[in-house]
Amino acid sequence: MNLPEALRYTSTHEWVRKEPDGTLSVGITDHAQDALGEMVFVELPVPGRQVLGGDACAVVESVKAASDVYAPLAGEVVAVNTELADDPGRLNKDPYGTWLFRLKPADGADLSRLLDAAAYRKGLT
Amino acid sequence: MRRTPLIAEHRAAGAKLTEFAGWEMPLHYGSQIEEHHAVRRDAGVFDTSHMLALDVEGAAARGFLRHALANDVAKLERPGSWLYSCLLAEDGGILDDLIAYFLGGSRWRLVLNAATADTDLAWLERLRPAGVELRARRDLAMLAVQGPRAREKFQAAFPGLRERDDAFFAPTGYTGEDGFELLLPAADAPDAWRRLLAAGVRPCGLGARDTLRLEAGLMLYGQDMDAAVTPLECGLAWTLDLGAGRDFVGRQALAARAPRFQSLGLVLETRGVLRAHQAVHGEHGEGVVTSGSFSPTMQASIALARLPTESRPGERVQVAVRERRLEARVVKPPFVRRGRILVSKENA
Repeated sequence: MNLPEALRYTSTHEWVRKEPDGTLSVGITDHAQDALGEMVFVELPVPGRQVLGGDACAVVESVKAASDVYAPLAGEVVAVNTELADDPGRLNKDPYGTWLFRLKPADGADLSRLLDAAAYRKGLT
Repeated sequence: MRRTPLIAEHRAAGAKLTEFAGWEMPLHYGSQIEEHHAVRRDAGVFDTSHMLALDVEGAAARGFLRHALANDVAKLERPGSWLYSCLLAEDGGILDDLIAYFLGGSRWRLVLNAATADTDLAWLERLRPAGVELRARRDLAMLAVQGPRAREKFQAAFPGLRERDDAFFAPTGYTGEDGFELLLPAADAPDAWRRLLAAGVRPCGLGARDTLRLEAGLMLYGQDMDAAVTPLECGLAWTLDLGAGRDFVGRQALAARAPRFQSLGLVLETRGVLRAHQAVHGEHGEGVVTSGSFSPTMQASIALARLPTESRPGERVQVAVRERRLEARVVKPPFVRRGRILVSKENA
């Protein structure tokens, strides 16, 4: 199972990467894409939307099922990956290179609440 | 979980396995979309050994099947000929759908769904008169070889093979493509599978099987139909043989039971994916999606839906997809047959 050490994770199978500008990129883990199967549709949030940690924020649909993607922390959606509309299969081919949305974390949002690779891996077994 | 004689072959081919009706079956071998395309454009093979081949034999077998099945096996005069039929309860509800093959003489073979095999068997055992023997052929494996190049590649894999008593071919399938189904002794199945793969036939799992049958407008038992609906309510009126003088199980109830709804196709006109159980709103009232998915051939979402009897192809409906209502167009299935898209994807 591919789990980059540099990323943070949630128990609901999102990965989170802190960008140089302080925003957080959010995607789904290799485990999630493998369990869901080939992606055929992605529904992304509207930029500007305020979310709480744990809010359903995007939807990924595979040949098999629809699955919510949750906001890892509270904040504002500042960008979405529009390239996914025409090529949702990128989530399967390159799960950690394919972000879904970027979040500007709310004041006081605590990144240390997220899981590191080892803790996420533990939750999978 | 039960396993077919091909479980080791599935593992060797890299299958992602899943539970289906108590059986451990391949969902896909890496890409169900590629498997789907292989069947539409070339050739694919499915392990369908989880389905039950039930041999029906004896002097009274023909009369028994004419009574038990809603379609009439009297039409089958040539050995190897076949028909599709529903197995009905007394109230006209569908207990299963099946294919009946005439093997010649007083021998017949039914192929039943895995999930309903046990209840079908109990039901048929109850209806069975003296002079009919039912024999569950769990000693056989079943392969479906499907696609425009299925025959050609099969012949390359088995040069000179002739049909014989222990290798039975039927020109049937569940994909909307040319091809056939092959029943053979379980012990011979792994070798046959390996030969087919070596001839360039792609192994295909249940995932591709489902999108192929949906594109072909073929109903899935337990999803598009069940004991609560009649053939008249799910697009299977054509499978009823209402010829005079035959009293089959469920016939009287069907005559007295007006259809409450019908089954038609939907094509989603926006991005998104239709799924079973989504509510449908239209000018004639409410309906529900019974099977929905993404069509790899059409690159759009399609569905089979239970709609009011007044609904007609060409109408627009709205489907509740999460918190939104998405526009869809009503069409008459099939969506795709023999590699060709039969319904227009764009606004008609």
